[in-house]
Amino acid sequence: MISCILKTKSKVFFAFLFALVISFGALAQGASEQAEVATKGVEPGSTQGAEAGSADPAVLDAGASLFKNNCAVCHSAGSDVIVGPGLQGIEKKRKEAWLISWIKNSQALISAGDPEAVAIYEEYNKQAMPSFAFSDDEVKSILAYIGSQANVAAAVPTTVAGVDGATPGENVGTDAIGAVGGYLDIILVVLIVVLIVLVITLLLISSLLKNYLNKNRQLDEIDNEVVNQRFDFSKIYKSKAVRTLVVLIFVVVLLDLTLDKVMGIGIQQGYKPQQPIAFSHKLHAGEHQIDCNYCHTTVYESKSASIPSANICMNCHSQIKKESPEIQKIYKAIERNEPIQWVRIHNLPDLSYFNHSQHTQVGGVECQTCHGPIQEMDVVYQYSPLTMGWCIDCHRETPLNTEGNKYYDNLVKMHDEASKGAFTVSSNGGTECSKCHY
Amino acid sequence: MQDRIKYWKGLEELENTPEFAKHAHNEFPEFLPINETSGEGSIGSGKTPRRDFLKLLGFSMAAVSLASCEAPVRKAIPYLNKPVDVEPGVANWYASTYFSNGDYNSVLIKTREGRPIKIEPNPSSSITPMGTSPRAQASVLNLYDNNRLRHPLIKGVKADWNKVDSEIMSALRNVSGKVAIVSSTVISPSTKQLINEFGARFSNFEHVTYDANSASALTSANAGVIPGYDFSKANIIVGINADFIGSWVAPTPFAKQYIQNRKVSADKKEMSRHYQFETRLSLTGANADVRVPIKPSEEAAVVLALYNGITGNGGNVPANFDKTAFANAVRDLKANNGKALVVSGSNDPAVQTLVTAINQALGAVGTTITDAPYFVKQGNDGQMIRLINEMNAGTVGAVFFYNANPAYDHPLADKVVAGLKKVKLKVSFAERVDETAALVDYVTPDNNYLESWNDYEPKRGFLSLSQPVINPIFMTRQMQESLLAWNGNKTTYYDYIRNNWSKAISGDFNKAWEKAVHDGVLENGVSLLALSTTTNSQTPAAAASTLSGKAATQGIEAVVYEKIQIGTGQEANNPLLQEMADPITKATWGNYVAMSRSMAEEMKITQGDVLKVTTAGGKVLELPALIQPGQARGTVSIAMGYGRDLESMPVAKGLGANAFPIATVSGSTILFSGPVRIERTEAVSEIAQMQTHHTIMDRLVVQENTLAKYKENPKEVTEYIRLATHDGPAKPSTISLWDDYEYKNHHWGMVIDLNSCIGCGACTISCNVENNIPIVGKAEVINRREMHWLRIDRYYSSQENPEGGLAEFERPEDNPSVIFQPMLCQHCNHAPCETVCPVAATMHSSEGINQMAYNRCVGTRYCANNCPYKVRRFNWFAYANNEKFDFYMNNDLGKMVLNPDVTVRGRGVMEKCSFCVQRVQLGKLDAKRENRRPKDGEIVTACAQSCPTDAIVFGDMLDPESKISKILVREQGERAFHVLEELNVQPNVTYLTKIRNLA
Repeated sequence: MISCILKTKSKVFFAFLFALVISFGALAQGASEQAEVATKGVEPGSTQGAEAGSADPAVLDAGASLFKNNCAVCHSAGSDVIVGPGLQGIEKKRKEAWLISWIKNSQALISAGDPEAVAIYEEYNKQAMPSFAFSDDEVKSILAYIGSQANVAAAVPTTVAGVDGATPGENVGTDAIGAVGGYLDIILVVLIVVLIVLVITLLLISSLLKNYLNKNRQLDEIDNEVVNQRFDFSKIYKSKAVRTLVVLIFVVVLLDLTLDKVMGIGIQQGYKPQQPIAFSHKLHAGEHQIDCNYCHTTVYESKSASIPSANICMNCHSQIKKESPEIQKIYKAIERNEPIQWVRIHNLPDLSYFNHSQHTQVGGVECQTCHGPIQEMDVVYQYSPLTMGWCIDCHRETPLNTEGNKYYDNLVKMHDEASKGAFTVSSNGGTECSKCHY
Repeated sequence: MQDRIKYWKGLEELENTPEFAKHAHNEFPEFLPINETSGEGSIGSGKTPRRDFLKLLGFSMAAVSLASCEAPVRKAIPYLNKPVDVEPGVANWYASTYFSNGDYNSVLIKTREGRPIKIEPNPSSSITPMGTSPRAQASVLNLYDNNRLRHPLIKGVKADWNKVDSEIMSALRNVSGKVAIVSSTVISPSTKQLINEFGARFSNFEHVTYDANSASALTSANAGVIPGYDFSKANIIVGINADFIGSWVAPTPFAKQYIQNRKVSADKKEMSRHYQFETRLSLTGANADVRVPIKPSEEAAVVLALYNGITGNGGNVPANFDKTAFANAVRDLKANNGKALVVSGSNDPAVQTLVTAINQALGAVGTTITDAPYFVKQGNDGQMIRLINEMNAGTVGAVFFYNANPAYDHPLADKVVAGLKKVKLKVSFAERVDETAALVDYVTPDNNYLESWNDYEPKRGFLSLSQPVINPIFMTRQMQESLLAWNGNKTTYYDYIRNNWSKAISGDFNKAWEKAVHDGVLENGVSLLALSTTTNSQTPAAAASTLSGKAATQGIEAVVYEKIQIGTGQEANNPLLQEMADPITKATWGNYVAMSRSMAEEMKITQGDVLKVTTAGGKVLELPALIQPGQARGTVSIAMGYGRDLESMPVAKGLGANAFPIATVSGSTILFSGPVRIERTEAVSEIAQMQTHHTIMDRLVVQENTLAKYKENPKEVTEYIRLATHDGPAKPSTISLWDDYEYKNHHWGMVIDLNSCIGCGACTISCNVENNIPIVGKAEVINRREMHWLRIDRYYSSQENPEGGLAEFERPEDNPSVIFQPMLCQHCNHAPCETVCPVAATMHSSEGINQMAYNRCVGTRYCANNCPYKVRRFNWFAYANNEKFDFYMNNDLGKMVLNPDVTVRGRGVMEKCSFCVQRVQLGKLDAKRENRRPKDGEIVTACAQSCPTDAIVFGDMLDPESKISKILVREQGERAFHVLEELNVQPNVTYLTKIRNLA
């Protein structure tokens, strides 16, 4: 019998050991996964720092933003053809003066019969390049930027995950946790199984021991009572204290659930309606890296970021993927002279005033902070809860973007003199009622 | 010190009637019903039966649970092809011009996503650089009037433009007899030229200029134009029945000029002195330093006496007349040769001839009368009367009505109606089926001015433009386009104006034109308006002898006058104007018979009694009586513009009675007064006054003093309350329960100069439009539930111990002084409302604004109870989408005027002035986006922006360079005071004491 007991004991031990090994293994796997993804995410960011060339960084910056906002839709800085030719080495290939006049008004150059201009025009299917009202210096800064890109071109992968300016590692990191979440479930299941096995084993042991005691020992009255105790479940059931406790717990849970549900009314976090046209932000903002501002034209100027009008779509889609059934819907809308009725995802109540430009231009907040990893969304959903608590939290924690803004100069000085804490949005009155409600 | 002045808001308060006393102690009318309202004004018994309550309860439960099941799908609809210059969410501004019935304002139109939502003054204009009239402010709502015609009509049936055009053109080809265009004053040079071109095709054509409230005599005495008055140059102003800052000729520019020479400060301690001789207590009379009530029939005698006094012959003043005031006026006028101005609102050519002679004798020409005359009133009464006679004689073949509605607003309306039957081709350009348009064959609706190109020349050499800021909403066509089409002219009116303006512009036309369109004005001195000049054949001597022969009229004399809000009734369907309180009587929604106290007592009439007014022509008007302090004895005054019975004017329908028939037609002149008989009827009709809703209980609220005392010692003119403490009297602000707020960034504040405020009420309308303030209707105004955030309190005042002894003391209401005080949320630093709110829905901001969070408010109304200024308004109803409040917020078109940056408040929440926090926030944002501090004058509230006299100054009190800071530094301890300072609520609104230049 003793061997039998030993056997059971070792069984339990082995089972426990086994469970431990499995769960650690799973955890280790999850952790390595996370680390791997994190390094991947950092990669595109790291290439940004590798800017070569002796040009003034300010000029390069200006050129970069001009290029991204105006040229990148049709031209790459590498050698790929998007709509127009890739611009790698263009500053060596053509004369600067010619480039300036071409960019400012290509049609004039073509009609003037410039042979180079006509040749390009013919080569790219007589697709006219729009005129840009840049100053000469601006054109030069763009060219400088293209030149600088040529030096790093080799290092830059053609498609970079994450939109420029975002901290891609962060976003990818959160997703990695999501992936680890799957493993966590498995670990949990294993742990539960182990625990059940443990309970059963323990019950077995106790019954074995009881049997042994009953058969092999002469127990006195008291010991017998202790060993052969009968557990009376009805007592628990009838106990007032237990009943009250159960009812209380039930009521509390119910209340909590109701409150949760009620608080959730009107919160549309995760709202992911089907749109009339299957537009993919993942494709446009993610893969093609089109600046948000290119389509949402008023995001730096107005309270609303504005949904792009069909003519903005046509800037590219008059050339690209014209035959796609989704894009044909835009053509139909234009033919019928009926605007496209998108389903509104972010429905802030009328009683609150929100201004995009305040946050984007003045506050320097990234689009992704509120809209989530938009560059990865095939179908856009509401990422943030858009509740007042969510707004206020951010206003309490976020330091004001005061750098270089004369509006804040004196305020920053006064704040620094008075307190050591960060100069947050709320310390400048950013949590007062009539900042958002009027 | 001003302890001798007693202020009262109305006769009730002066007398402390039992009813007044009852209301005074019961400011919040809880007893009034809230379950039923109607525009008809009946106050039924307001009990909700238990069953109804349960039904409602059940229904709302079901509705709530249903509604919470699924959030509605909302659409975001972008432009299909976005216009380059429209950015969603960003306002665009376009320069334009508002002109109606003499009221000229060069304006800027604010549009959002292509819809005009607000009118503001155009600072580029030198005629109206600041402020607008109330009507201009409200005019944006006219565009969204649901009752405008949506298409042309042929004999009352919908038609299309091609059919209308072909029928009218063929009718014109076969026309026999006279062709006439009847229009109100046209100050558009291009329109005038176009009308002349149109008329050139006919052998017998006349362009009849007809103003419902004309200045016919004034123009005939001044070579066909209004003299170029400049009130800013005058040290002495004498007005005789001319409400020149309210409704006479060109009130907005006149108000601006008038106030320039009446502002006083430590740097400028002189101001003009203004005498006013008038029948009714007008806005102008209320602002006068010396006001003398006269009967309309005494007007001639006064002018004659003044003429004789000035020219040295010594005049006989009428009996029962204030001889001292008159003698003072003559003395002052003579002493200020070249710096004096006399204006008269009379429509008697002889009177105007004499006034012109007086001004000449005073050397006004070249100084207070500039050589650039006004063109804003050109109506010729004689011409119109002649046309009416011709129509009746059957010699008129075709008549066109443009901005003219003589079937309603001519004293001979019956003859117009009869005459029209004999005219073969009758066309009206009316925007709605008005009284005249109902009688014509063709109604070819004109565009609203916000949908049109047009040009204007209100004053010689001062051109301005209006440009379309929205596509025509309906199938309407601009009158000028119609004329061009019927003329067979293929050019658009836009090109027509451009061609016409090429005469005014030398050099690069396109550049200059672009600039003119951008600025809205072109003031290079070139005049385009072709006016036929006339000469006045009457000599002053002849006029004097005509006038001296006039016998005094017996019986009750009635005056027909123009209200600042409703005007001649053209815009009567605008609910903003209907609900605007009359500056003097504070009455809304309808007209009434204003009479003096003594007359009412003689006839045993009390306020609200319906009177039967019979005109000389036998017409009967039934109107309630209103006791008006300051009204001349033996006279009554009745406003024009009411008594509409049109389906196309549902807002104005059934309000008051038409007063035009009272006007007297004698020969070729129309006098806007006439004898009437008055009888009392048994009926009673309550007048919706906003006047006595609040009470001041003898507290020190407004302050005034005399110029003499101000010059003597500016530090003595304002009374400052001191509280007794251990250490002797102390300023209330030094003894405080609360800690003071610390302002680091901004500290917004307002200064209101009571000496500059003329009480016109433009600010109230501006505030209404800017802040989506609902219209509540007549019944709710009677229930004291108007929603205006900004009101203008009008106090009558009288000397408590007058020099004339007890006899005069008994009748303070005969000729009281008037003082206006704009009253809005004072944004107290120690706000009593903030401390009593149980849910902290009203809080103080770090910039000094008393904020109101509607979504947090639960409607206890504690704040309103605790507010010493009574400026908080409670939403008793849902005013939007409510059939019972069928004004603009109940239809999709009207809602277009709403400001998208301001919440439309729901039922059950408190609201009040926010210091236009949406503008403050936007101004700060603009500054932040441009990396700078906000500039002074960049952030202004709607009321300050629309004030034509610059009485309201808004700004950052922390900015030492701001205008408001400078005023506060200058006036501290002199004229600056806070209302109810003893309460130590420390308002951010400061008032400046009114100064009267008493003779």
